[in-house]
Amino acid sequence: MAIFLNGKSVVIVQGMTGSEGTKHTRRMLASGTKIVGGVTPGKGGQVVDIDGHQLPVFNTVAEAVSATGANTSVVFVPPKFAKAAVIDAIDAAMPLVIVITEGIPVHDAASFYAYSVSKGSTRIIGPNCPGLISPGQSNAGIIPADITGAGPIGLVSKSGTLTYQMMYELRDIGFSTAVGIGGDPVIGTTHIDCLRAFEDDPETTAIVMIGEIGGDAEERAAAFIAEYVTKPVVGYVAGFTAPEGKTMGHAGAIVSGSSGTAQAKKDALEAAGVKVGHTPSETAQLLRDILGR
Amino acid sequence: MDLFEYQARDLFEKHGVPVLAAMIATTPDEAEAAAREIGGKVVVKAQVKVGGRGKAGGVKLAENPADAREKASAILGMDIKGHVVATVMIAAAVPIESEYYLAILLDRSNRTFLVMASVSGGMDIEEVAHTAPEKLAKIAVSAVDGISAAKAKEIVAAAKFPPDVADQVADVLLKLWEVFQSEDATLVEVNPLVKTKDGKVIALDGKITLDDNAQFRQPDHAALVDLAATNALEAAAAEKDLNYVKLDGQVGVIGNGAGLVMSTLDVVAYAGKKHGGVLPANFLDIGGGASVQIMADGLSIILGDADVKSVFVNVFGGITSCDAVATGIVQALELLGPKATKPIVVRLDGNNVVEGRAILAKAAHPLIEQADTMDGAANRAAELAAN
Repeated sequence: MAIFLNGKSVVIVQGMTGSEGTKHTRRMLASGTKIVGGVTPGKGGQVVDIDGHQLPVFNTVAEAVSATGANTSVVFVPPKFAKAAVIDAIDAAMPLVIVITEGIPVHDAASFYAYSVSKGSTRIIGPNCPGLISPGQSNAGIIPADITGAGPIGLVSKSGTLTYQMMYELRDIGFSTAVGIGGDPVIGTTHIDCLRAFEDDPETTAIVMIGEIGGDAEERAAAFIAEYVTKPVVGYVAGFTAPEGKTMGHAGAIVSGSSGTAQAKKDALEAAGVKVGHTPSETAQLLRDILGR
Repeated sequence: MDLFEYQARDLFEKHGVPVLAAMIATTPDEAEAAAREIGGKVVVKAQVKVGGRGKAGGVKLAENPADAREKASAILGMDIKGHVVATVMIAAAVPIESEYYLAILLDRSNRTFLVMASVSGGMDIEEVAHTAPEKLAKIAVSAVDGISAAKAKEIVAAAKFPPDVADQVADVLLKLWEVFQSEDATLVEVNPLVKTKDGKVIALDGKITLDDNAQFRQPDHAALVDLAATNALEAAAAEKDLNYVKLDGQVGVIGNGAGLVMSTLDVVAYAGKKHGGVLPANFLDIGGGASVQIMADGLSIILGDADVKSVFVNVFGGITSCDAVATGIVQALELLGPKATKPIVVRLDGNNVVEGRAILAKAAHPLIEQADTMDGAANRAAELAAN
């Protein structure tokens, strides 16, 4: 078992014919993801050869779905066209849409998120995220597949490289699913969505939650954990040294006034019984202590 | 990007939001000329991107052009919470009857847009929200539907605006929505929105925050950047397309990925406590591709920072392979030659780490020291910076 993505996931890549799309389609195929085609408006009918896989290109997601039965889409479309691509996937009732693209205007993200909610049949992960991996089963996005294998830990993180770092720290134990939810102000899948799914996933026995400055997602997640999560959770929050008013790389990583600080997030998590590490390594150790390994 | 009041006023005017006549001035002479042009009594307002300027003496009423000159000369150069006033706005003064509050913003928590409206404007709205929440109406706005004329009326009614201004306020709200949407803003705030003695509704002061991600479709926004406030190192980094933020510390930091770099800053500060309070000197994310050129550009920005005593390169090879990063560091140091003078602690992990570490070991550059772990590397970099 895993959350959101598993060995049965049938994946298409929106923007597969672009350079990033091609590069990562190759990597996903190499890690065993079942990719059945791509979508690039205007290039429908072409067939692309990626390492011996003959992948058909479609003009729309709806066409791709009816021809391939895909249930997951990974979006590598540039910011300018990303909103149209996501709307296309929502219109095709694609169950899972992972938006890797960085730099999407927040008005566009707010708009496609609201549209997905109104349609009710699509889960969006991202934007500006590394995607998710259920090791040994499927990999949708840009997370390196060779860091670690399957295991009992569920991981949810706003940051890509911290996801990799944490998977590496705990590589001897392994992960059910690692989800990079993205560092933008408006994202489709939150810490809470992942915590709920991990709580319900019988093969996940412990959870690592990585947050960063900006917004109040971690505080809300802490309240959710206190109320609903019975599995052990350890946490890490990045951005203690970030000054107010300066965006730290992610569009959402900004402290404004007294809200969104790392300290407030750490305090909220600890109040909910979550052990929070000072560093990624210390956080990994906290999880080891809990699992006794 | 946060705008100055006068920039917000200009965007309001562009979209038909009622504002008063105003001009900006950077010298007392200009202030006097502006006051003469506008005519009558004027208000001289410090242009700083920080709240509380009124209390700090940054807003003064002037009776005539000569008085405007005098007031401007007192305000220009004033330090308001660390912001030095370089520009004042000279605006027409009008007799005010009531002060309201109106804002449209991105509501991150609920992943939608939000209108906040109150007939108790003028003062700190956070205070109102805290002490008298019933006086602040909060109405969610769908990112798909936006604000229609009907929605604007509904909001105005919910906030209990008096009947004599309701239509005008609804119209202002529609125009503010146009500003919010067409300019890709994440905040459009009018405080106060006033009713003048002769019954007109006018945006007297405004705040706008623009979305940096929308620059590709907002070519006019580049001109709104406050170059004077940009740190020289930050400007140099921006020219090289590097994601760099200057901080007040001694350990230069380079890493890949925003989250890992933020974490690196924290780990350095944490380790720095053991070394006399050493802190990180900057945030620098070189992203996924750590090419020789990017590494050289990054190192040269950091080594150009006089505050930097040591450098910590922290890379987790996810997509990037560590051998490419190692080669980048070695070649960057060759490129920089004698300009590179500060010790560099390198921690590599992940993809091709063995090859990467071997490349650094073979190069045996006198400035480079390798560390096995992130925490260990941070400790060593802090130690080197403290000496």
